[in-house]
Amino acid sequence: MSHSGNWEVVIGLEVHVQLATESKIFSGTSTRTGDEPNRHASLIDLGMPGTLPVVNKEAIRNAIRFGLAVNADIARRSVFERKNYFYPDLPKGYQTTQLAEPIVGAGEVEVQLENGDKKVVRIHHAHLEEDAGKSLHEDFHGQTGIDLNRAGTPLIEIVSEPDMSGAEDAVAFARKLHSIVTSLGICDGDMSQGNMRFDVNISVRRPGEPLGTRTETKNLNSFRFMEKAIALEVARQIDVLEDGGEIVQETRLYNGETNTARSMRTKEDANDYRYFPCPDLLPVMVSEEEIQTLRDELPELPDARKARYIEQYQLSAYDADLLSGSIATARYFETAAEHGGDAKLAANWVMGELAAKLNAEDKDISDSPVSAEHLGELIQRLKDGTISSKIAKQVFEACWNGEGSPDRIIEAQGLKQMSDSGELEKIVDQVIADSPAQVEDYRNADDAKRKKKIGFFVGQVMKATQGKANPQQVNQLLQQKL
Amino acid sequence: MHDKTLTELKAGLQAGDFSSRELTEHFLERIKRHDGELNSFITVTEEQALRQADAADQAIAAGDHRLLTGLPIAHKDIFCTEGVRTSCGSRMLDNFTAPYTATAVEKMAAEGAVMLGKTNMDEFAMGSSNETSFYGPVKNPWDTERVPGGSSGGAAASLAARLAPGATGTDTGGSIRQPAALNGVTGLKPTYGRVSRWGMIAFASSLDQAGPLGLSAADCALMLQAMAGHDDKDSTCLNEPVDDYLGALDQSVDGLKIGVPEEFFPDNLDGAIAENARDAMRELEKQGAKLVKLSLPSIKLSVPAYYVIAPAEASSNLSRFDGVRFGYRCENPTDLEDLYKRSRSEGFGAEVKRRILVGTYALSAGYYDAYYKRAQKVRRLIRDDFSRAFKDVDVIMGPTSPETAFKLGAKADDPVNMYMADVFTIAVNLAGLPALSMPSGFINGLPAGTQVIGNYFQEGRILNVAHRYQMATDWHQQAPGGFA
Amino acid sequence: MAIDSKVVARAAHLARLRVDDSETAELSARLNDILGMVDQLQQADVDQVEPLAHPLEVSQPLRDDRVTEPDVRDKVLPLAPASEDGCFLVPRVIE
Repeated sequence: MSHSGNWEVVIGLEVHVQLATESKIFSGTSTRTGDEPNRHASLIDLGMPGTLPVVNKEAIRNAIRFGLAVNADIARRSVFERKNYFYPDLPKGYQTTQLAEPIVGAGEVEVQLENGDKKVVRIHHAHLEEDAGKSLHEDFHGQTGIDLNRAGTPLIEIVSEPDMSGAEDAVAFARKLHSIVTSLGICDGDMSQGNMRFDVNISVRRPGEPLGTRTETKNLNSFRFMEKAIALEVARQIDVLEDGGEIVQETRLYNGETNTARSMRTKEDANDYRYFPCPDLLPVMVSEEEIQTLRDELPELPDARKARYIEQYQLSAYDADLLSGSIATARYFETAAEHGGDAKLAANWVMGELAAKLNAEDKDISDSPVSAEHLGELIQRLKDGTISSKIAKQVFEACWNGEGSPDRIIEAQGLKQMSDSGELEKIVDQVIADSPAQVEDYRNADDAKRKKKIGFFVGQVMKATQGKANPQQVNQLLQQKL
Repeated sequence: MHDKTLTELKAGLQAGDFSSRELTEHFLERIKRHDGELNSFITVTEEQALRQADAADQAIAAGDHRLLTGLPIAHKDIFCTEGVRTSCGSRMLDNFTAPYTATAVEKMAAEGAVMLGKTNMDEFAMGSSNETSFYGPVKNPWDTERVPGGSSGGAAASLAARLAPGATGTDTGGSIRQPAALNGVTGLKPTYGRVSRWGMIAFASSLDQAGPLGLSAADCALMLQAMAGHDDKDSTCLNEPVDDYLGALDQSVDGLKIGVPEEFFPDNLDGAIAENARDAMRELEKQGAKLVKLSLPSIKLSVPAYYVIAPAEASSNLSRFDGVRFGYRCENPTDLEDLYKRSRSEGFGAEVKRRILVGTYALSAGYYDAYYKRAQKVRRLIRDDFSRAFKDVDVIMGPTSPETAFKLGAKADDPVNMYMADVFTIAVNLAGLPALSMPSGFINGLPAGTQVIGNYFQEGRILNVAHRYQMATDWHQQAPGGFA
Repeated sequence: MAIDSKVVARAAHLARLRVDDSETAELSARLNDILGMVDQLQQADVDQVEPLAHPLEVSQPLRDDRVTEPDVRDKVLPLAPASEDGCFLVPRVIE
């Protein structure tokens, strides 16, 4: 359906970031995932009568690190409150969170768009809270099983201002946040595991009109899904409005497999969360010294890394942005560049062959079958002329398939470039001798045509050498002899 | 044996006059004989008590004398005790065997205490008469047609009847002091944060505090010495050194300045109650203390402030009782909503439900500022009143309760009237101060108590004042008849 | 601020308490008694006063990030009214 006239899209994000601490936010229980249900649900996480919370120092420090990374105000005093509602995955009947006095105040993030434009997205605040458990619907013959291993895992919830005007902005902002928290090392960043969860608030309006009613879309476990879900919801809202309907404030659940979304529950039965300061906890006070120490210890952040790539490796801004965006990619790239001794080649390989292969097999760079060290080795062989770029792709493929290191593959498969000019000369002579008609044709052509016609002889030589000849050397020899 | 104080029993054990097993069996025997009438225990842990007593006897034989070695103690059923039913006086937890032990109980056990059992209480500590217990009301040993006060009614009654020589309680708005007064025993609510709340089932987290009840101030000092101290598991438990309460008992009170707030002696106060408290202060005057008249103007709002803050915190604290992970679950729930609503409605009693509703209402949108926030502001005014007063005086005194033990059922249908039973004790919880109630005589044959309030962490001082008073009087040695 | 049966029903729903129609009138009356008493708070002049959440104004102690809590599943599951395969069981939850 086509839409008439201009519509403005207004998007804000609420991002839940699971902090990569050893223990939970209010208990000394392991945050490990993947174990049997309720193996990491202590008396405190279960909300046993008489149990009490004690705050994890590292969770506080991680929240501050994030705040510093987005130039936000760090609250010297923050307060945990209780958000009261009943749900089986919420053992205490309230979630301990922050509302009136969050630990991270207003901040901002700059994002780079594909067309080179930069955009600032403001952060309203970020607060600390505990995660809920999980409801399992399968295997309980019509009932629901409750697993509280995740209950109490520390989260920071980042709330943006509604500064984004489309899917591109929103995804760029989301990627930037992902990059920041993974660079800080405060989050593992695996969206498919729910390490980072993005809820998107979307509304549309005619230019100049007040903000429209917004909906919240949840369950976006990849950037690709986020992009699709936003497009879907924007189109839906415009359809509704253009048909004379009204947008209902609601939470929508996106399904990535079918690219559809459905309403979860309307806010009609709006809960009254009865927030109040948690009487089991005291205000968290943070000293200037502590903030300064954390500031001094901050690792390199994506913006600084990007600047360094441009400066140190002479990469283009676009390449530098792509490579510095994810900490995993950045680490991979830097290792490959160091081992290969050529940053530009490394950049091309990481963004080219490697990215394509990862994409095709839906793999994360941290799970790449070709390690950064191996890619570096491959680049080295390419640089020192041991192999041609064509052979390099073959070696890469073999390396991806687990056939060993590039050196071993080159050795085992005899892929070394033919550097002995005597041997190559013999092959060139043979090719010329075997193709009198083509030689004749070549010799009768003018310079411009010769350039094309020499390709036939190069191809024959490469065929005869199984691609191991150095194409430049072949060219040279052919020109001499023809 | 049972007429002796904990302090005397400790000496007897050390001297070898009797063994812990003999002592423990003696009290277990008394519980069997008399508690049918009083209903002061919900659970008696006979086997465990005898095991602990035997261990204590071995320790004593080996020369290992700790603060409470071999001494039987009754714990309020609000403290989690591993492997033992911990009901909190509620149907909701009638089937709940605690999977761990409260710090206060554990610390006493580490000092050699023997647990006799778990005492009856108002349901979730919400009440001033012990009539809201799922296990039925406790009777006052001085007159079994009367209430023992609450919520630590079982603890106070069991002490008065000499069924236990020492007991623990908790005090959110007067739940140690008021029953202590109504039963003629001594009870201490420490400074908020002095005793760990870990394992103590929460009623109102910012007000709850555990403390001892005993036959004398010295006994309370002995028990507090074991209970008090920092606990990593309770964020609100302060890391302040624990004073030598026993060592401070005998200090002179010559020159002690006793603040007498006019608000503790309002015009409508029963004359006999007022006179009883004034007599107690006169006794201390004889020992050189000075009385200083003062005013705490904001405490007239302590009951309304309390009945917003406590129910608000309780409404949230009691949400965990949802029939999912422990406790009562209704039969055949049709869906989740039904599971929650019926489990909670059937599991909680009327007073608990009332307070949950009041608290829910006070926190709900549109009322938060008018009720909860305003109550917290009044709370500051009350605390500031006390802080000002303590610049001029050492302790503050007045009656503990505006009346002696009332008849069972007398206030059961009138919650607001019942709430006034704590009119003199509640302000202390809002301010977080330490206070005790000591027996100070009888009115028409029923015990009356006088409250001694101290500044923060001045437990040693108020115990000292009460001890000096008890050295000169024998009210605390009186025992009700009929429990031979 | 007098409350009626509708307000009581709303609070009861938020608190997940079932209040039967037969109880509402009585309960509303009791709650009104309590709130009437509590309304004395409105007399207080507290405009310039900060709320006090804890009697002792101290700050939150922080715990080192270490795993100290043991696995208690086998101890606590038997306390649950219904459990299966290591999970607590509730009637089906529809999202």
